[in-house]
Amino acid sequence: MNDALDVALRLLIVFVVFLTFPLIVGQTEHKVMAHMQGRLGPMYAGGFHGWAQLVADGVKFAQKEDVVPAGADRRIFQLAPAVALLPYLLVLLAIPIGPGEGAVGEVIDAGIFFVLAVMGVSVLGSLMAGWASANKFSLLGGLRTAAQLLAYELPMLLTAASVAMAAGTVSLPGIVDAFEWWWLPWQIVGAIVFFVAGLAELQRPPFDMPVADSEIIFGAYTEYTGLRFALFLLAEYAGIIVLCGLTTVLFLGGWHGPWGADGLGWVWTLLKTAVLAFVVIWLRVTYPRLREDQLQKFSWTLLVPLSLAQIALTGIVKVVIQ
Amino acid sequence: MSLAAETHGFLSPTGVEIAFLLVGLVTFGAALVTVTTRQLVHAALWLVVTLGGLAVEYLLLTAEFIAWVQVLIYVGSVVVLLLFGLMLTKAPIGRSPDADSGNRWAALTVAVASAAALIWVVVDAFRTTWVDLDGPAAGSTEATGASLFQNWVLPFEALSVLLLAALVGAIVLSRKAKAESASPPVNSRAVSGGSPSVPDSRNHRIERKVPTSGTESTEPGGAR
Repeated sequence: MNDALDVALRLLIVFVVFLTFPLIVGQTEHKVMAHMQGRLGPMYAGGFHGWAQLVADGVKFAQKEDVVPAGADRRIFQLAPAVALLPYLLVLLAIPIGPGEGAVGEVIDAGIFFVLAVMGVSVLGSLMAGWASANKFSLLGGLRTAAQLLAYELPMLLTAASVAMAAGTVSLPGIVDAFEWWWLPWQIVGAIVFFVAGLAELQRPPFDMPVADSEIIFGAYTEYTGLRFALFLLAEYAGIIVLCGLTTVLFLGGWHGPWGADGLGWVWTLLKTAVLAFVVIWLRVTYPRLREDQLQKFSWTLLVPLSLAQIALTGIVKVVIQ
Repeated sequence: MSLAAETHGFLSPTGVEIAFLLVGLVTFGAALVTVTTRQLVHAALWLVVTLGGLAVEYLLLTAEFIAWVQVLIYVGSVVVLLLFGLMLTKAPIGRSPDADSGNRWAALTVAVASAAALIWVVVDAFRTTWVDLDGPAAGSTEATGASLFQNWVLPFEALSVLLLAALVGAIVLSRKAKAESASPPVNSRAVSGGSPSVPDSRNHRIERKVPTSGTESTEPGGAR
């Protein structure tokens, strides 16, 4: 009975994090973007600096009619948002925020593989949406999504493998346990490649060619309205949380901090994740969108060689220090 | 539960065994739908269900590492590649009446024969070997890695060389096709080396269009 309660509590906490953190990132994006562009952003909803703007948006989305185009493949069209969103919930279960068994939803032996595998499944949702909408812009969006996934999955996997080599384990808590401060310069190239490839997999600007709103409207999500569209948006922001959390855990030492505050490990994890999320927003405001061929070239001619070099470096250093 | 594990009786199955059977049925059903449905993209999506069901079977047999790699490679990459190809060919919404082949019975025969051979080999080889589902995970990353790099290094390395060869071959083929289409028609024959397998129907068509332009030795580029 106690075990069941424990499991239920963990699931509940992960679920609450899954529902609230994306909203916090979304609101931060509103405000940070606004201030970077010399405006105020939402100011009215909720009173204090428009804190309730996204709640209001959610209510608006829920009220809208859920339209399925006449020519669409109904079942797949309706299933797609769930396929896009649920994998991120599963991934969140495996990310540790503090030391010990108590600070992770579920300890998974092959954590890195689980996380990357399940994140890859989420892209199927965009593909299903793109095809089932029976709309040429959606189809183009789906095609670009697939091409982008195939290009950026490889550097992401290779850099994750580099960290696993360094730590000698593929379990996420095990990697953070093995972390030393000098891993930071050692794995910095891998960290950057992982983060950039993750951004591309999430289709965040400047890698948002698959959804490019000014040319193919919104790619795979063109035909979506109301709650289903909101689910796709939620998937994007949950993806930001997952990517930043993973980068923190794999490359930035998770709960390790400059001052060895034992009880406050989770604060470090959240702080690093928040800073990375800010960087994600910052990049969106700063860089123009890459063209499709530039996207592909960037991955295959820059990120893949860099990640291979990082693996070689990791291997050499690992052999030398043993 | 331990009693069933000791005697391996089929009449008192454990929960894991029941789950294994049920997931197996779902996987088998999804596989059947994959090959019988007339809707191309649906077939690819049913393939996702099939491959995911296989991953769950691996999980139930405590082979966690293999299960996640199955999801990563097959669901995350192979099916995405399949869907990419289907979208490029503009797979229609709804049924494709020509998504069927006359080889149905031959295919069924081959499938049943290979399934029978596989089942026979597996049953014959592992008749007395049982996975202890209650003990320590037999397929954890550590166990898999140790057996892969201690007992099976040679096949592993041979496979990686094979994959490397395939990779190099793919790059060579794609570069050749690119050089074909990019080069001007004058030296297209020089690039291809005049091999008959290279698709230069473009040039032949021109020759047929202008039959009086000279003998066979005339360069097609000159005719153009």
